[in-house]
Amino acid sequence: MKRVLEANIGVVYLFLYMPILAVVVFSFNSGEQISVWEGFTLGWYARLFEDAALWRACRNSLMVAGVATVIATLIGTAGALAIERHRFRFRTTLVRVLYLPIIIPDIVLAIALLTFYVQVRVPLGLITVIIAHGVFNIAYVTIVVQARLQGYDNTLEEAARDLGANEWQTFWRITLPLIAPGIIGGALLAFTLSIDDFVITFFTAGVGYTTLSVHIYSLLKFGITPKINAISTMLLANSIVFILLFLWFQNGATTSQKQNF
Amino acid sequence: MRRNYHLLILLFPVVFWLVCFFLLPLVSVFIYSFIERGTYGGVRWHFTWENYQRLFDGLYLGILWRSVSTALVCTAVCLLLGYPFAYYLARYKPKHRNVLLLLVVVPFWTNFLIRTYAWILILRTEGLLNSLLGAVLPNWGPLELLNTPLAVQIGLVYGYLPFMILPLYAALEQLDVSLLEAAQDLGASPRRAFWHITVPLSLPGILAGSMLVFIPTVGAFLTPDLLGGGKVSYIGNVIERQFKTARDWPFGSALSFMLMGIVLVGTVLYFRALQENEGQP
Repeated sequence: MKRVLEANIGVVYLFLYMPILAVVVFSFNSGEQISVWEGFTLGWYARLFEDAALWRACRNSLMVAGVATVIATLIGTAGALAIERHRFRFRTTLVRVLYLPIIIPDIVLAIALLTFYVQVRVPLGLITVIIAHGVFNIAYVTIVVQARLQGYDNTLEEAARDLGANEWQTFWRITLPLIAPGIIGGALLAFTLSIDDFVITFFTAGVGYTTLSVHIYSLLKFGITPKINAISTMLLANSIVFILLFLWFQNGATTSQKQNF
Repeated sequence: MRRNYHLLILLFPVVFWLVCFFLLPLVSVFIYSFIERGTYGGVRWHFTWENYQRLFDGLYLGILWRSVSTALVCTAVCLLLGYPFAYYLARYKPKHRNVLLLLVVVPFWTNFLIRTYAWILILRTEGLLNSLLGAVLPNWGPLELLNTPLAVQIGLVYGYLPFMILPLYAALEQLDVSLLEAAQDLGASPRRAFWHITVPLSLPGILAGSMLVFIPTVGAFLTPDLLGGGKVSYIGNVIERQFKTARDWPFGSALSFMLMGIVLVGTVLYFRALQENEGQP
């Protein structure tokens, strides 16, 4: 039985990593074919640096993800505070509606926004993409921060207020540092989802406003060259850096908390 | 009074965004699903049921069935691969457990397009799988694997397997081992203990994982598009076509509403199953 389980572990890891590894290996392949090995080269990476369209797409992606993340982090954190710290009518309804953008298929959200933009006569551009990303990012940030707020008791805040701190002081010096890991985690999640998103961007971006995902999609659809292996490897490296950053923040958060208590 | 003022400031942006950019767009697509298609790709503002009637056309029912069955198969395969995996991991040395778990999540953090593309590299006729098998077996004729339903199925399992493993792991890790020991002390075989204790106790994980796999796969657009080559239609692709090429927005809207309906029914069933499970002692 143990053998079977161990074999399954091997199969799953092989299944998860073999495709990624193949892409990385073939990004150093000198041949013109994407999957026939001929020799080692760094040529495809050199070509990336000359690719103006690619860099423009990168810049658009970073801008969309950056702005959408800042907006979502602010609005989502405020929303989570409202939900956790206040009692109001329709509170349960709001919590349920917040899960909807996550539950419904992204293609439905995409076309809903597209028909909406057309009906209210908003021209498609990058702003329309940022608004769209805002929808699912706000949902994710609110849920992540809310989970963090649920996780600790507010006796510290009460103590601060008893000791004469006003509401702002309490917020800045007690609440915010305590929920900071949740906020950072939510923001990193939002940024990743935004950079990764293809479907919603594909439908809500104006012609000529290409993000990295849309750029890669058109490369995949209209002529696959080995350059795509190099782009993929660069993106993989980025994700790994990002995960390490995320873990570092999470670890830092838990150790600093242990020091505090 | 001051507290109400605070609440308003905190609540207004999130409510505003959700109402304006989420609920209104849903209303908009709902309206679109009841109007007529215009002659030149536009729309005519006439009420009609026709878009919904067309859904019951044999062609679209077939596509719908393909999407749902593909998603169900995907969920089943993920469960079959993921359950033993999570079971083993949950009993692994705690020190290395987190690293092993992290290794499951890493591919999930990489761009979905790239992960799907990697399978083009493997499955295409001149791809890695065919060259590998060709090198081992002398008489190997290359298989046409790309642009088939099988390729789509593999791509979907690959894309969503971590969604199954994580909740399963969370459920199995919490499992109280002393219950299993008690069962064995009382004479239950390991197999009996597994089916009567481990499986029922990990049911919330099974349900959550199935939900997290089924929902995105039933409406998947990218995987069928890239690995199916547009040759086999799934509901996500048909919706995309109505908006990008066929320019039949009203029908595309009706399709989207149906897709949303399927997903919401799935969600309701999930919560009901979860409640029933909690209701049991």
